[in-house]
Amino acid sequence: MIGNLEVSPAAVYGEGLAAGSLRYQRCGSCGRAVFYPRVGCPHCGSAHLAWETSAGSGTVYSTTTIRSRSGDYNVALIDLDEGYRMMCTVRDDIAGDPRIGDRVVAVVPPGTTAETLSFRRTEQP
Amino acid sequence: MSDPSRGVISIVGAAESDLGRVADGLTSLDLAGQAALRAADDAGIGIHEVDGIFCATSHYAMSGLELAEYLGIRPRYSDSNNLGGASFVSHLLHAIAAIRAGLCTTALIAYGSTQLSDGGKLVTASAPNLYESAYRPRYPVSMYALAAARHMHEFGTTREQLASVAVAAREWARLTPGAFSTEPLTIVDVLASRMVSDPLTVADCCLVTDGGGAIIVTTTERARDLRQPLIPVLGVGEAHWHRSISQMPSLTTTAALDSGVRAFAMAGLDVADVDVVELYDAFTINVPLFLEDLGFCAKGEGGAFVSEGRIAPGGTLPVNTNGGGLSYAHPGMYGIFLLVEAVRQLRGGTGARQVAGAEVALVQANGAVLSAQATALLGSAGTL
Repeated sequence: MIGNLEVSPAAVYGEGLAAGSLRYQRCGSCGRAVFYPRVGCPHCGSAHLAWETSAGSGTVYSTTTIRSRSGDYNVALIDLDEGYRMMCTVRDDIAGDPRIGDRVVAVVPPGTTAETLSFRRTEQP
Repeated sequence: MSDPSRGVISIVGAAESDLGRVADGLTSLDLAGQAALRAADDAGIGIHEVDGIFCATSHYAMSGLELAEYLGIRPRYSDSNNLGGASFVSHLLHAIAAIRAGLCTTALIAYGSTQLSDGGKLVTASAPNLYESAYRPRYPVSMYALAAARHMHEFGTTREQLASVAVAAREWARLTPGAFSTEPLTIVDVLASRMVSDPLTVADCCLVTDGGGAIIVTTTERARDLRQPLIPVLGVGEAHWHRSISQMPSLTTTAALDSGVRAFAMAGLDVADVDVVELYDAFTINVPLFLEDLGFCAKGEGGAFVSEGRIAPGGTLPVNTNGGGLSYAHPGMYGIFLLVEAVRQLRGGTGARQVAGAEVALVQANGAVLSAQATALLGSAGTL
């Protein structure tokens, strides 16, 4: 039996960011990590997803710099160490564009929103 | 034992609407309608002989309803499946199913867009993925840029190799009457073009034009009595694995891997049988990706494969023989134009760009962000 939801997956995720936590889901049936947040596991079809808090550490899977009149900015796909991938931006004081393989960590101060979430580099390969 | 869907329908009419920058006030529906009427003329049938309608557009969520009303068609089979630019080759597969099942006999597949007249912005009724749009990727170029960057990282593919795709397309366009961009283009020009989303420059990106296209299919049995050379649909396959780029399992392998196997299996053919290739080149990276996934070269060798003129006029594998989305036309969703050009090549008589003796054409249509893939193998009468 798949029960009714009291709160949406998007709301749980957003509340996590606001509290300074990067949350993701893990399937109670197959054990795989799931992102973006949803109501069922795309890997096995189970509706038993549990929320976990990510350490925020990951590796740049791919990256692009978008050239814009209002300034260049980064968009990257990050493979988190817990086994999920997300799109975000890498923004820090290190010179040069982020590269595939760079180690990064999420910057999630209290009050973070999806729009203000970013990653920063911790080391380059 | 051949697949029972192989060759059961044929393309009897194929046409484009006005292309490039069309007259002020024309709508996407006008262009789809004009292409449909031209396709019916090409087939030598009346538009009201159509009893199955297949339509997808960016402007109209209920495209089939709109186009049927516009043309005064009362279809008994209607399919507005929208897989982005892959829609029209997907429609071809669905038309085989519908015609084989006796649910319709004569199907129209049509598209139109005024993307250029609208100011060039990509019109879409598709809601964004909020877990991506928060970071302001430029849709869709940034998604293809991420794939290109990953391909370069994994396989050593170079920007020069990607540029050679744009150069080959331009050389074909220069042989094609009505092509949108025909100025000479070199690899140096592409590399020096304005960077949009690294590693893709504006010259790695498809055009923005207006235009529409349409094809008409019916049973091969009926097609034999119509006026155009027989173009049997030998095989079609479709596949999609993701919608958003962050959900694509590997950025260097597309679902063309599956759609291609399905199409080749239905047709009973393999890559060695293909004389001419029409691939959806929304961005230069698409061409090596699809040539790899379809089996024209090994995974990772696409960059080298597209270099040194191999896919250009005079090369060993003719690819995008009208100049493609990069140089011929690109009104939002290009897939229908792949089919039109493949039909023209198989009928013959396209002039300077004609691939001599083309008997089998492969069409690879791509939708959204490398998301939906649909492959078609079309033949000449002799391939049945």
